[in-house]
Amino acid sequence: FLLQVKDLFSSLGVGCNVLELDQVDDGAGVQEVLSEITNQKTVPNIFVNKVHVGGCDRTFQAHQSGLLQKLLKENSAYEYDLIVIGGGSGGLACAKEAAILGKKVMVLDFVVPSPQGTSWGLGGTCVNVGCIPKKLMHQAALLGQALHDSRKFGWEYNQQVKHNWETMVDAIQNHISSLNWGYRLSLREKAVTYLNAYGEFVEHHKIKATNRKGQETCHTAAKFVIATGERPRYLGIQGDKEYCITSDDLFSLRYCPGKTLVVGASYVALECAGFLAGLGLDVTVMVRSIILRGFDQEMAEKLSSYMEQQHGVKFLRKFVPVMVQQLEKGSPGKLKVVAKSTEGPETIDGIYNTVLLAIGRDSCTRKIGLEKIGVKINEKNGKIPVNDVEQTNVSYVYAIGDILEGKPELTPVAIQAGKLLARRLFGTSSEKCDYINVPTTVFTPLEYGCCGLSEEKAIEVYKKENLEVFHSFFWPLEWTVAGRENNVCYAKIICNKLDHDRVIGFHVLGPNAGEITQGFAVAMKCRLTKRQLDETVGIHPTCGEVFTTLEITKSLGLDITQKGC
Amino acid sequence: AQDYDLLVIGGGSGGLACAKEGTRWGLGGTCVNVGCIPKKLMHQAALLGGMIRDARHYGWEVAQPVPHSWRKMAEAVQNHVKSLNWGHRVQLQDRKVKYFNVKASFVNEHTVRGVAKDGKETLLSADNIVIATGGRPRYPTQIEGALEYGITSDDIFWLKESPGKTLVVGAGYVALECAGFLTGIGLDTTVMIRSVPLRSFDQQMSSLVTEYMASHGTRFLRGCTPSQVRRLPAGRLQVTWEDRTSGKEDTDTFDTVLWAIGRVPETGSLNLEKSGVKTSPDSQKILVDSWDATSVPHIYAIGDVAEGRPELTPTAIMAGRLLAQRLFGPSSALMDYDNVPTTVFTPLEYGCVGLSEEEAVARHGQEHVEVYHAYYKPLEFTVAERDASQCYIKMVCLREPPQLVLGLHFLGPNAGEVTQGFALGIR
Repeated sequence: FLLQVKDLFSSLGVGCNVLELDQVDDGAGVQEVLSEITNQKTVPNIFVNKVHVGGCDRTFQAHQSGLLQKLLKENSAYEYDLIVIGGGSGGLACAKEAAILGKKVMVLDFVVPSPQGTSWGLGGTCVNVGCIPKKLMHQAALLGQALHDSRKFGWEYNQQVKHNWETMVDAIQNHISSLNWGYRLSLREKAVTYLNAYGEFVEHHKIKATNRKGQETCHTAAKFVIATGERPRYLGIQGDKEYCITSDDLFSLRYCPGKTLVVGASYVALECAGFLAGLGLDVTVMVRSIILRGFDQEMAEKLSSYMEQQHGVKFLRKFVPVMVQQLEKGSPGKLKVVAKSTEGPETIDGIYNTVLLAIGRDSCTRKIGLEKIGVKINEKNGKIPVNDVEQTNVSYVYAIGDILEGKPELTPVAIQAGKLLARRLFGTSSEKCDYINVPTTVFTPLEYGCCGLSEEKAIEVYKKENLEVFHSFFWPLEWTVAGRENNVCYAKIICNKLDHDRVIGFHVLGPNAGEITQGFAVAMKCRLTKRQLDETVGIHPTCGEVFTTLEITKSLGLDITQKGC
Repeated sequence: AQDYDLLVIGGGSGGLACAKEGTRWGLGGTCVNVGCIPKKLMHQAALLGGMIRDARHYGWEVAQPVPHSWRKMAEAVQNHVKSLNWGHRVQLQDRKVKYFNVKASFVNEHTVRGVAKDGKETLLSADNIVIATGGRPRYPTQIEGALEYGITSDDIFWLKESPGKTLVVGAGYVALECAGFLTGIGLDTTVMIRSVPLRSFDQQMSSLVTEYMASHGTRFLRGCTPSQVRRLPAGRLQVTWEDRTSGKEDTDTFDTVLWAIGRVPETGSLNLEKSGVKTSPDSQKILVDSWDATSVPHIYAIGDVAEGRPELTPTAIMAGRLLAQRLFGPSSALMDYDNVPTTVFTPLEYGCVGLSEEEAVARHGQEHVEVYHAYYKPLEFTVAERDASQCYIKMVCLREPPQLVLGLHFLGPNAGEVTQGFALGIR
């Protein structure tokens, strides 16, 4: 019985003081006194915050009824209602929402410098080394293309326009600094305590915060949210940490990266390769197996084809780097990369100014003391499994954002989860985060927006004969005069024939894919059907209107090449 | 039996969708030749000018300012339009639709006379006839010199030389879109508005649209009406107008005067009386029912020429398709004209679907309407140091749960792309 009770308290995250009567002098005497004051002769005899609860059965009953939790809360000497570890998209959203609901909140954010020494301010990956600088550099590349197109539209300039990397990075870093500042201000306004310190658990309900100078402080809270995010993974080969950079370093690089090898096939790899090429750099992408794993492969193929054929990006497929050697120091220097084929004994080597690793990201969950309080993580990838209210296996500890097992690694998902979590914990809401049909966009030179299932996944779940796939090429009007290719931009929807041709997958490859996809994601939440699409009038002339006139299906097999409007 | 099952008068968006005929410029109607297509291309040219300026902030070393050549742009745009004319001719041919490049008028309710450019006449008869003749810009013929010296949207996209310093008279989307791209390519542009801009649109959004234009180089003369256009000896135009608030007269010189004061339906020369088809006494548009039928059962009208329809290409196309399906297929589906999304391609674009705030309040009462709104700054504007003061979105809803969205309004870049998907949600 004692063990059962100990387990119960452990799962509640409460430390127990156990007095073993058979190990104490006059244990029988103690038991007699207990019997007098509590009317209970048996052990275990449990007291919570000086209040007598009872034996094992009564304790479990008290837990069922909620009385136990109430007793645990009272006289709570916790400093904070909520401590959030990680000041990124999820963490800040949660902290701010809890503060709005009147709670006492602390946020800890700390950036361990990258192997190259890069660090940044408050805001997490998205703001500093993710979405924001990525989109701005993508925009810089798009503007290069616009400069090119503009000549066809009558703008007259003769020179070969060059791009200045430092000017761009300065402007982008200035904007990011303003965002960092904005977040600090926002936390201050909402009376959220912010510590620029590394947080880790030391015992139940208690963390230790270590700042840059090594000074330690301890803090307690009733509830914790882990939102520590991820960092780029390294290859584990000779020279990787010394000479290679990652997305952590790219966006604040003080010098132009020059001729670049991007290792990886993730959206990070492709987006970076895309804008680097768009800025005029010589770019090669080294891919181990498939591109954009987890995404619709037909779309991935078209997207990478575009990068290769229209955008000048070289692809080395089915190779992995085995060694990176520095030939020359410099900013940038010269690196030699040796790579081995995944299909045979062939090795190749190449010389680059910069090697950018984009092979995946690892969760920051292994060094924050989770083992001290028993929070289970997936040992393979470090991710934290949670239930549908983002709760870990330890009841007062929650997790949100990129570290979650099985959830999309996206800023808006983390923000939504964080907000709703705070409202459930401290407000009157019971609304859960909806992870179904989360739209996303890959900002490669030809942008790819999608919502719902890939064609492969749809076939797996629903079987091919129950699906109808409608598709079409389209030629953005702005591309016509600019002389850009027809039959490159592509639209596809996957419908479930067994459910009124419900749209279960939406895919668009073309300019402004993010803007197009957003509204359709709302429509899919409203259970969009093909019929409703057909009944909706298109806005003319746009790219998005192609979805209102989709006629040709894959099963019919007709030609979808466009001959012009 | 008649010569044809179906005779379509008008080879524009509606007419071509219904069958596949044309007028002065090539086949394709207003949208292709003097509407949506050239408009969006010139709008794009103007946007690219802005992008060239932005590019410098993003590190591109372009010497500014960059001059713009109207001639180069016009040629490129005109070439594209011609390719579309060609494409339509080929499509009609592929579908075995007989195409007559003639001016049509009714002889009786089943017969139409077509007169070709050389004067040659043909008589055509059909079981069913669809009138899709669209509209043409209106000239203020009561203003002295308006017809002789002014131009309209029919002409602006086909000018070989730059229009130079331009006065745009009008307050509808045609006026604002034209003024917008003219400003964007570097021309001195003035808009003269009699009362309110974008009358049939949400008024708060309309004023944000013009506010943006005014702070980006377009001159607005509000509450003014022109009284006279004179040609000066050197060839420029002198315009005199009355400021209705002050009652005072003013004058200025322009290279071009563009009338964008509305469009009139092309029904005048159809000899409709011979067919029995009735038109609205106010608008001259053809009266139709929900099946697109006119007062004569086998004669139909779609597109801009029909009374009470939105004047948009996609609605005309859809109406044409559905009509053909109803006439010759098993379908009985009618066109739904509610919640049609649209976008005004002004320098800062305005996309909307559903009711304006005024309409919502009028229909449901202020106490039943809740409006969610926000100003925002597009990420791309930050580094470019662009002014985002008018970037704004608003959702007009019913106050009672589940707070049905009655109208969605978006002012910002790529408004068309943003709005399209939401239009589905509104339905």
